[in-house]
Amino acid sequence: MSKILIRGAKVLGGEPQDVLIDGESIEAVGTGLSAEGATVVEAEGKILLPGLVDLHTHLREPGREDSETVLTGTKAAAVGGFTAVHAMANTFPVADTAGVVEQVWRLGKESGYCDVQPVGAVTVGLEGKKLAELGAMHDSAAGVKVFSDDGKCVDDAVIMRRALEYVKAFDGVVAQHAQEPRLTEGAQMNEGVVSSELGLGGWPAVAEESIIARDVLLAAHVGSRVHICHLSTAGSVEIVRWAKSKGWNVTAEVTPHHLLLTDELVRTYNPVYKVNPPLRTEADVMALREALADGTIDCVATDHAPHPHEDKDCEWAAAAMGMVGLETALSVVQQTMVDSGLLDWAGVADRMSFRPAAIGRLEGHGRPVSAGEPANLTLVDPAYRGAVDPSGFASRSRNTPYEGRELPGRVTHTWLRGRATVVDGNLA
Amino acid sequence: MDTVESDAPRPVLEGPDIERVLTRIAHEIVERAKGADDVVLLGIPTRGVFLARRLAARLEQITGRKMPVGSLDITMYRDDLRMRPARALARTEIPGDGIEDRLVVLVDDVLFSGRTIRAALDALGDIGRPRAVQLAVLVDRGHRELPIRADYVGKNLPTSLRETVKVQLSEEDGRDAVLLGLQQTAQVGEQ
Amino acid sequence: MKRHLISAADLTRDDAVLILDTAEEMARVADRPIKKLPTLRGRTVVNLFFEDSTRTRISFEAAAKRLSADVINFSAKGSSVSKGESLKDTALTLEAMGADAVVIRHHASGAPYRLATSGWIDGAVVNAGDGTHEHPTQALLDAFTMRRRLVGPDAGIGRDLDGRRITIVGDVLHSRVARSNVHLLHTLGAEVTLVAPPTLVPIGVEHWPCQVSYHLDEVLPKSDAVMMLRVQRERMNAAFFPTEREYSRRYGLDGDRMARMPEHAIVMHPGPMNRGMEITAQVADSDRCTAVEQVANGVSTRMAVLYLLLGGNESAISPAPARTEENK
Repeated sequence: MSKILIRGAKVLGGEPQDVLIDGESIEAVGTGLSAEGATVVEAEGKILLPGLVDLHTHLREPGREDSETVLTGTKAAAVGGFTAVHAMANTFPVADTAGVVEQVWRLGKESGYCDVQPVGAVTVGLEGKKLAELGAMHDSAAGVKVFSDDGKCVDDAVIMRRALEYVKAFDGVVAQHAQEPRLTEGAQMNEGVVSSELGLGGWPAVAEESIIARDVLLAAHVGSRVHICHLSTAGSVEIVRWAKSKGWNVTAEVTPHHLLLTDELVRTYNPVYKVNPPLRTEADVMALREALADGTIDCVATDHAPHPHEDKDCEWAAAAMGMVGLETALSVVQQTMVDSGLLDWAGVADRMSFRPAAIGRLEGHGRPVSAGEPANLTLVDPAYRGAVDPSGFASRSRNTPYEGRELPGRVTHTWLRGRATVVDGNLA
Repeated sequence: MDTVESDAPRPVLEGPDIERVLTRIAHEIVERAKGADDVVLLGIPTRGVFLARRLAARLEQITGRKMPVGSLDITMYRDDLRMRPARALARTEIPGDGIEDRLVVLVDDVLFSGRTIRAALDALGDIGRPRAVQLAVLVDRGHRELPIRADYVGKNLPTSLRETVKVQLSEEDGRDAVLLGLQQTAQVGEQ
Repeated sequence: MKRHLISAADLTRDDAVLILDTAEEMARVADRPIKKLPTLRGRTVVNLFFEDSTRTRISFEAAAKRLSADVINFSAKGSSVSKGESLKDTALTLEAMGADAVVIRHHASGAPYRLATSGWIDGAVVNAGDGTHEHPTQALLDAFTMRRRLVGPDAGIGRDLDGRRITIVGDVLHSRVARSNVHLLHTLGAEVTLVAPPTLVPIGVEHWPCQVSYHLDEVLPKSDAVMMLRVQRERMNAAFFPTEREYSRRYGLDGDRMARMPEHAIVMHPGPMNRGMEITAQVADSDRCTAVEQVANGVSTRMAVLYLLLGGNESAISPAPARTEENK
């Protein structure tokens, strides 16, 4: 097995150190390590992070290979510095059986760019009526531990309660897409000043917050843990903060786009800004950043949602919801959290690797950068500045809200168990 | 708007000249229209309207009868609409008895290419069918681009295309004058 | 330079007054034996209607035809073209046909904006009503009607609606007419009050340039014009109000209520009217109700808009057009 010496990298943003990779593991971390027999990667000025982990990725395969495949999605993940992604269950067919989750898991193995941990559906067909075979999915080769009907809310309180209880048997977690369906019928964007002017159907914050409030109470009642997907409002932050203060087992994620973009952008009626949950207000963005900084929100998850061009090249109401995010996530987090002084790089490692891996009970990822650990690593050049150019995306889809926007930082290298998947910013 | 070089435009007609000229035209109209019984004066906005009203006042003095006077906006009939942004419209005001079988005298300040009058004839055709149409202008500066001539001319003013003719009337400009100047840049033609 | 008319909010005060003044001249054409003007000869105006609206379509059609434009009616309603891709393909088709202007009615808010900014077409885009967003020509014809009635056809030239108190009553939440009117009337200096049950007032309305009241009777005596919005009976099923009867009792305009309005005040309705719901027949048929006049004014106003957008080599709407005196 070949050796790689990463020389002079700021590990988690700390003092420059050398990191020696031997085979699939980190052999040593220190200063002045010998480069003998090793390929040297000069990393002066760069930040070395544990490989990023995404709890929320739509890889679209099986069923919507026109927008993304496991292969293209994992390539995009590697470019973005991720070494593991959780593949959401809303595929066609829905990942609600052991067969489908194993298929996705196998496709991930074959891709080789990034580990793929399938998420299982909570209910059959995401219909919210009948529990899927959660145990079978857990027991399958895919070893599913995160269950979610993401894209739809498990709105039936009894089904939600049962799911929360049921997955306790194998330390699973239900990741809730919090959206009260009746309050969001015909919803097109955040309900507020902008929606009132644009005449687009409102998606009120309370539709998210009421479900989160119910679910943290349910989780407390049955003694389960619950994870809140893509939390998007200041009110949601308050509820999660309160639940955590009670000692309840609640975790939450925020997307990069909710940390940066607001509903003012919808004034362009450009569907590239159409996403679910919708872009909120400046006040929400600020509350989310603060909550991510203070740990109320545990992690960043991309909600990478690829869509083909034609699903966005139309009027707003007809457009699909969602944005790609894997390849820009770290840059957005750097801009909103690091460059703003809210979070240091150790904090980024925590919110984008340690904690998401811990929530997903994912083994081999989200580990410290130290000797003996698996060599899942991401090297970042924080000084880089460049405009986002979707034409260069590894993802099959281009529906990014950041086209032409200058964002800081770039992943120059990604290693998956010692094997480089990205070298000098390009797929290896 | 005309722009001129350092040599300021010089008046070729002053207030009293304009008064005299209008009085003469009024008499010519009475003479040629045999008493002007069926004359309707229609001024072309903006300054043609003021001239038409002044002519009407003189005709009333001469004939002792009320003289129908109105305005005819030709903007939407222009042949150069596509060469500039759409223009604000002016008022078309046809006197109560209309123009059917009447002698319409169109009144304008300057006759130049003739395109304004062509547009005015088209506009008139959509309003009614006069017995005849005549044209009265304060100044004829030549350079016709269409087979059109005036029936009543206040002053024939031979000009070069580099020159500009500007009519000022007290109703709009605070004083009466016809100014001859030089244009600085590209040619600004009639219409 | 605006090439399109998408939102009443885009119009400056001078734009709006120019349109109203131009409409006033256009209205006079309607009194002539020949109601046609040669102004837009050779121009093609496409009426692209993704939603049924015969009255709006024929109003635009009459306006374009009176200006001698060629008119193509493209009714795109139906399930096969309800998907977004069709808007683009339809736009490309119209572009290939050489449309100088596209008058679009669409059920999706923002569709005209997309059409105007997507690069699919070169022509001018006129919003003839999009979803629950805006209907700017309706607001213009409403303002034109108000100026004629409250200021006067001749006295109104060059003037706005400074200080006039306008009350808009009904389903503001779903009304593109209300949105456009609030913007335009505010721009023209009027004081706007919205009256509706709280369920039919949008969240965020506090940022609109208007007042909101839930009590019609308090507002009526202080109104120079009262605009009644159409209220769809189906809203009842979504619990916006309990019953039709309760709605009309609290927010409908009947003879008694009309009597509480100042003597000079007018009643407006964009049509079609739900007689017995938001307005009684007695009010609808009274000479204070301008509903029929609004229809006639719609043609003049749309003529003005088409002329100002298409009559020259570029739009005459904003920045403030300079009325230049040419050398003749």
